[in-house]
Amino acid sequence: MSAPTTEKQSEKILFSRPKALAEVLTNYCPGCSHGIIQRLVAECLDDLGIEGRTIGVCPVGCSVTAYDFYNCDMTQAAHGRAPAVATGIKRALPDSMVFTYQGDGDLASIGMAETVHAATRGEKITVIFVNNAIYGMTGGQMAPTSLPGQVTQTSPYGRDVAAAGYPVRVCELLSSLDGVALAERVTVNNPKNVRAAKKAIRKGLEYQMEGLGYSIIEVVATCPTNWGMEPKDAFEWLADNMLPYYPLGVYKDIKAVGGSAAVADEVGNG
Amino acid sequence: MAEKVLMKGNEALAEAAIRAGCKLFFGYPITPQTELAAYMAKRMPKIGGVYLQAESEVAAINMVYGASAAGKRVMTSSSSPGVSLKQEGISYLIGADLPALIINIQRGGPGLGGIQPSQADYWQATRATGHGDGQIIVFAPSTVQEMADLVASAFDLGDNYRMPVMILADGLLGQMMEPVELPEPLGDAALPARPWALTGHHGQRSHQVVNSLFLDAQELEDSIVRRFQRYEQVRKNEQRAECYLTEDAEVVAVAYGAAARVVRSAVNKLRQEGLKAGLIRPISLWPYPVDVLEHQVGISKAFMTVELSMGQMVDDVRLAVAGRRPVNYFNHTGGIVPTPEEVAVALRRVLAGEELHIVPFHSKLKGEQQ
Amino acid sequence: MAENMNIMLAGFGGQGILFAGKIIANAGLIDGRQLSWLPSYGPEMRGGTANCSVCLSDEAIGSPLVTEPDALIAMNLPSYERFVSSVVPGGVVIVDSTMVGTCTMRQDIEYYTVPATALAEENGLQGLANVILVGKLLSATGFSTEDVVKRAIDKSVSAKHADLAEANKRALAIGEAWAVQEC
Repeated sequence: MSAPTTEKQSEKILFSRPKALAEVLTNYCPGCSHGIIQRLVAECLDDLGIEGRTIGVCPVGCSVTAYDFYNCDMTQAAHGRAPAVATGIKRALPDSMVFTYQGDGDLASIGMAETVHAATRGEKITVIFVNNAIYGMTGGQMAPTSLPGQVTQTSPYGRDVAAAGYPVRVCELLSSLDGVALAERVTVNNPKNVRAAKKAIRKGLEYQMEGLGYSIIEVVATCPTNWGMEPKDAFEWLADNMLPYYPLGVYKDIKAVGGSAAVADEVGNG
Repeated sequence: MAEKVLMKGNEALAEAAIRAGCKLFFGYPITPQTELAAYMAKRMPKIGGVYLQAESEVAAINMVYGASAAGKRVMTSSSSPGVSLKQEGISYLIGADLPALIINIQRGGPGLGGIQPSQADYWQATRATGHGDGQIIVFAPSTVQEMADLVASAFDLGDNYRMPVMILADGLLGQMMEPVELPEPLGDAALPARPWALTGHHGQRSHQVVNSLFLDAQELEDSIVRRFQRYEQVRKNEQRAECYLTEDAEVVAVAYGAAARVVRSAVNKLRQEGLKAGLIRPISLWPYPVDVLEHQVGISKAFMTVELSMGQMVDDVRLAVAGRRPVNYFNHTGGIVPTPEEVAVALRRVLAGEELHIVPFHSKLKGEQQ
Repeated sequence: MAENMNIMLAGFGGQGILFAGKIIANAGLIDGRQLSWLPSYGPEMRGGTANCSVCLSDEAIGSPLVTEPDALIAMNLPSYERFVSSVVPGGVVIVDSTMVGTCTMRQDIEYYTVPATALAEENGLQGLANVILVGKLLSATGFSTEDVVKRAIDKSVSAKHADLAEANKRALAIGEAWAVQEC
C-alpha cells in the first residue's frame, strides 16, 4: 500500500499511519480497543524516535500476532511470561527500549508472578496492559479483572465473588512496590481520554529511557464481540461499569511531588 | 597447557560457560545444583555479565528466551523438579529456533523425590522436553573435565543448529571435585554471529521477529519439517560415545554419566579376572550414538544397561540393537548408586548366558523374591 | 609414587570432614595424580553426619563413591560404626578417640587412635582435629609427602582465611608425630 498522492503539495497531512505501525491488516474485531491502543504505542515510538532500538514483546491473547503489526523488532512470549522475556532482552541489551503488550489474563492471571517480580525488581521496561475484563482470544471466559456479577462463558450466572473471588486491581496492587516508576490507569473511550492515554504511554517510555524503573500503563478497554455489544454500547458499559471499579488516574509516579502515596490518595478521593 | 585446578562439577560448568562467552545466567535455587548459581552470582558481575535470580524456574527459562532472542549466549541451570517447570520455556525455545544452554543436575523423582543423584530424567530430556514435535541436543558428561569441555561444545552446537542444548548430569557429578584443565576464554569476537537476533533494527534493516506461532497449518508444518531436516544433520554429525575395552568384549555394558563410572570400575574387575567385558558410554544422549551400537552388535553376545532409574535409556539400546542380541538391565533408582561389585556380579551372570532384568526390590521384599 | 587409595572420612557436620578431604585431594593434585573428592550433601550437612570420599589413583577413577575404603578417618562413634565394616582387610582406620571413645575393633585392619580433639584444644588449635587426623593418615599410609601436604593446605584454605594455614600445618605435624596407641 502506498501513501495516497496529494493533488496539491500545499495540503497539510493531519492524520497518517505512524511509521512504527506496519502496513498490514490487523486481526482485531470491529470496534475493539486494541487498534487504538496499538496505534498510540506506535505514535509514541515515532515521537520519541526510538523505533530502531525498540524490541516489543507480544503476549498470548488477542494481540498474540502483534509482532506483525509493528515495524520495530518483535518477539512473542509464552502465556504470561512477557515480563520475564522482556527482562532477558533488557538485561542482554541495556541500551534497547523494551515494551510488553499484555492482556488481563496474560498479565494478571497466569503471568502475575512474572508481573509482580519484574515490577519489584524495577525492571526498566514499559508494560502496556489492556484490561477488558474478559478473555478475548479464547472466546469470552472470565478474566481476573471480570467484574462482580459479570456474565461470561465461564461465569454464566455472573461472577460470584464468593466462589470465583474478586477482580484484581493491578495498578493499585503494583503501586505498593518500590521498583515501580509509573503506574497509571487510562482508557480510550473518547478523544480526550485517548490523548491522556497517549501521554501516559509516552511517559512510561520516557521513564524507561531515563532508567527510572518499571512502568505500567493500564488501559481500560472494550471487547464488544465477547461482551455481546455494539462498539458504542461497549464504551458506555465501560464508563458505567468498569471505570467505577477501576478508577482512572496515576497510582504511582516517582517524579510526582509528594511521592506516590499522596498521588494514590488523590486518585482514591477522586 | 593450563594448570589443573580442583573444582566441583557444578563450578566447572559455570566457569566453562563464562569462558565460552556466556554473558547471562538466570536461575532459581535448587539442590543439588546450587554451587553453579552461587558461582555465577560471584563471577558474572566481575566480567560485566548478568546473574539474575528469577522468581521461578518458569521465569528463569523465559528470561533465557529473551536474552537468546537478543543474540547473547545465555544459560540456566536447575535440578529435576525445576527442569519440569522449565519445560514450557524449552518448548518455546525449540519453536523459536533459539539456542540456549540448560543444565540439569538430576536428583530423584517423581514429585519432590529426593536430592541424591539420579538419572530418571532421561525420558524427559530425550523424549518429552516440552510439548510439540521437537528435540534438544543432550550431552551427558561423566567427569568434571568432561563437564567443562562439553559446555563449549554445547554452546557451539546450539548456535550451529539453532536449538537448545542440555547438559544432563546428576548430583554426584555436580558435587564431586576432580582436577580440571579449563578451556581458554573465548573473546567476544570469536562468538558466532546471530544475524537473526533482535537487537533493534537501527534503521539498517527491516524488522525481525522471533516467534514460535504459526497460525497457518501449512506454515507450521513447513517450519517443523525444516527443523527436522536440521535434526537429521545433528543425528548424522553429532553422535558421541566413548568405547572402553569393547573391541573384543563378549558382554558390553551401556551406561552414561555417573553410572558409567561405576561400570568402568566393574569392567576393570572383570578384565582382571580375564573376562571380556566392555563399556559403551554414550556422551550424546540425543542424538543417541546408534552407530557405535550398530558396530558393537557385530562383536558382542549380549548388552546390559546400568542406569540410576527404573530403566529409561534401555529403550534406546533396544531400538539400536533391534532384537539381534539380548539387552539386559541392572538398575537402582535415584539416590542409590550401585557398587562396582554389584555391577560386576550382574555382568558375570550375563556372561554366563543368563537374561537379567534387575530392578531394585524393596528391602523387605528382597528376601522373599530372591 | 604412593599406592592407589580410596579414603572415607566421616564425622559430624562442622568437624571439618570435607575440608580434611580437600587437603588430601589437593595433595593428589600437586602430585599429578588422578583423584576425586565427593561429599555427602543435603540435610546431612546441617549438623548431622557428614562424610567424604576421596580416591587417589594413577589410573582413571571409576566410581568416586568409596564403598570399600583402604583408609577410614572416623571422627565420631556413629561414623565409625557405620563404615568400619566396609574397610578392606589390611586397611587403615584412624579414629579421633576423644570423640569415638571405646569401640569394638576388627582384628584384620590397622588401627591408629589419636585423641585429636583433645590434642587440638591442648595446642590452641580448636577446630583442627580434622587436620591432626590427616597428619596421622599421612604418617600411617604415606599417601603423599609432608611437603606436598603442606602445599595442599595452602591451596585448601580460602584466600580469606590464609592466616590459618600455619595453624593447619602445626596440626598436621602434631598428627604426623603422634605415637601409635590402641584404643
